[in-house]
Amino acid sequence: MDHVIEARGLAKSFTGAEAVRGVDLTVAAGEIVGFLGPNGAGKTTTLRMLTTLLRPTAGAATVAGCDLVADPAGVRRRIGYVAQGGTTNPSCTVMRELVLQARLYRVPDPHERARDLMARFGLTDRPIGSLSGGQKRRLDIALGIVHVPALVFLDEPTTGLDPQSRAEVWRHVRRLRDEHGTAVFLTTHYLEEADALCDRILIIDRGRVIGEGTPDDLKRRLSGDIVTVEIDGDPRRARATLAGLDAVREVQVTGGTLRLTVEHGDRILLQLARALDAGGVEPRSVRLARPTLDDVFLALTSSEVTRAA
Amino acid sequence: MPRDTWLIFRHQLRLSLGGWFGLVFGVLQPVLNLALFGPLLSAYLGPGSWQVFVPGVLMQLALLSAGLAGFGIVFDARFGVLDRQRVTPAPRTALLLGRVLTNVVVLLGQSLLVVAVGFAFGFRVPIAGLLIGLALIVPLAVSLAALSYAFALTLRRQEMFAPMSSTVIVPMLLLSGALLPMSTAPAWLDVLSRATPFRYAVEGLRAAFAGHYASATLTGGVVVSVAFAAVAVAVGTRTFIRWNA
Repeated sequence: MDHVIEARGLAKSFTGAEAVRGVDLTVAAGEIVGFLGPNGAGKTTTLRMLTTLLRPTAGAATVAGCDLVADPAGVRRRIGYVAQGGTTNPSCTVMRELVLQARLYRVPDPHERARDLMARFGLTDRPIGSLSGGQKRRLDIALGIVHVPALVFLDEPTTGLDPQSRAEVWRHVRRLRDEHGTAVFLTTHYLEEADALCDRILIIDRGRVIGEGTPDDLKRRLSGDIVTVEIDGDPRRARATLAGLDAVREVQVTGGTLRLTVEHGDRILLQLARALDAGGVEPRSVRLARPTLDDVFLALTSSEVTRAA
Repeated sequence: MPRDTWLIFRHQLRLSLGGWFGLVFGVLQPVLNLALFGPLLSAYLGPGSWQVFVPGVLMQLALLSAGLAGFGIVFDARFGVLDRQRVTPAPRTALLLGRVLTNVVVLLGQSLLVVAVGFAFGFRVPIAGLLIGLALIVPLAVSLAALSYAFALTLRRQEMFAPMSSTVIVPMLLLSGALLPMSTAPAWLDVLSRATPFRYAVEGLRAAFAGHYASATLTGGVVVSVAFAAVAVAVGTRTFIRWNA
């Protein structure tokens, strides 16, 4: 498969501090990859290195087929970048900002392209200062893809937006990939955003990638599923019955409630029910819950804390 | 690169003209200086004072208009416009030069207004002298704008741009001899004044307006201003390319 990003050991240290400490990552053509981490983890710094805004202090990367350090101009021609927190001048108008951007990328018919983008992103030609937060963000994205790049970087595309505007931005990001095969590399600190949008997630904390996989993968691999069994009466028998099963990793008992950590909860639910039946336990309820990405994230970052200490 | 410079120039110029309020206020202070202080000077020094004073006011205008150009880039940086443009294929030098060119054109327009107001008060200048004077303002505007941008981008605390720039601009204005000629200054002040490029620019302007086209003063003004502009553009370009990188 073609890779649009291949980075090895990418690092950046500012005077006295290491912001990014050797990041390896690959992004395939047409893939939506989320870069997830708390504030200050090194997401933006990594992005700014990959978009030629910051020179890495160590490591190497090929972005959109060009070497990041040797050919930054080639990288710039082939990527789109939507910075965190806005990219437009409030006293300019939508049309003029789009036309200039199209001209800087040598798009053949800049006015035509600007009108297309305005229609597609639901924008009208107004002073940018009068746009709502969601409209402004859509304009930022339109500016970033004016030249239909094979790869676009979105730095916290929905931070500060209301739920409706956020959903609207998600829709546009998916459309980019579906219609043009654009690969998207986005940073976010919203787990639900990564979960809803991304094919694959990289989790970064304190300048290092500490987890990688599809959202489902990560959830399964790192915390398993949770099955909650409620029974009337003495839980000891139920506990003995269930703890013996191979798929059950851990059992916690609180009153009449048993909380099981299991692998592939969807597959073993029936097995659990049979075991309970065979053991003569009549459960009041059995519930299966998949962990959220928050669980994964907290598990990963807290283990990092323990390791560091 | 010339094409990208042109694109940025046109875009920035339209933005500047759209913000006509700022343009008017930019030129208001020098014009008021001309109107409220000029007549007084004329009363002390005679009607010839306008020939000395108008070039000085043009210098003041250049320092205030092009010298504070960096203010615009502070906002461009804060709004994310600059980063967006720096990731486009446009050479970063073009991003700087296009902006500088805008400041040059704006300053020339404002200068014409000052000259027109001066004319109303009795300032007279031969057309050739006026054209040479305006040509001399070009390198002056280039150097002031380029340095102003470089300074604004290097400042870590960008809210300090305005106070710190004024701290530089006011002494430069006084040392240039724009307000009163330096010819009668004490020796130490004269030496200090000669250490700034603006002294030569102001005297060059006065020589041009007085019709002394072949004078060493005018030549000196041109040479110093052009050399200063070259250095300033080199500094500005370096900053634009390296900024944050």
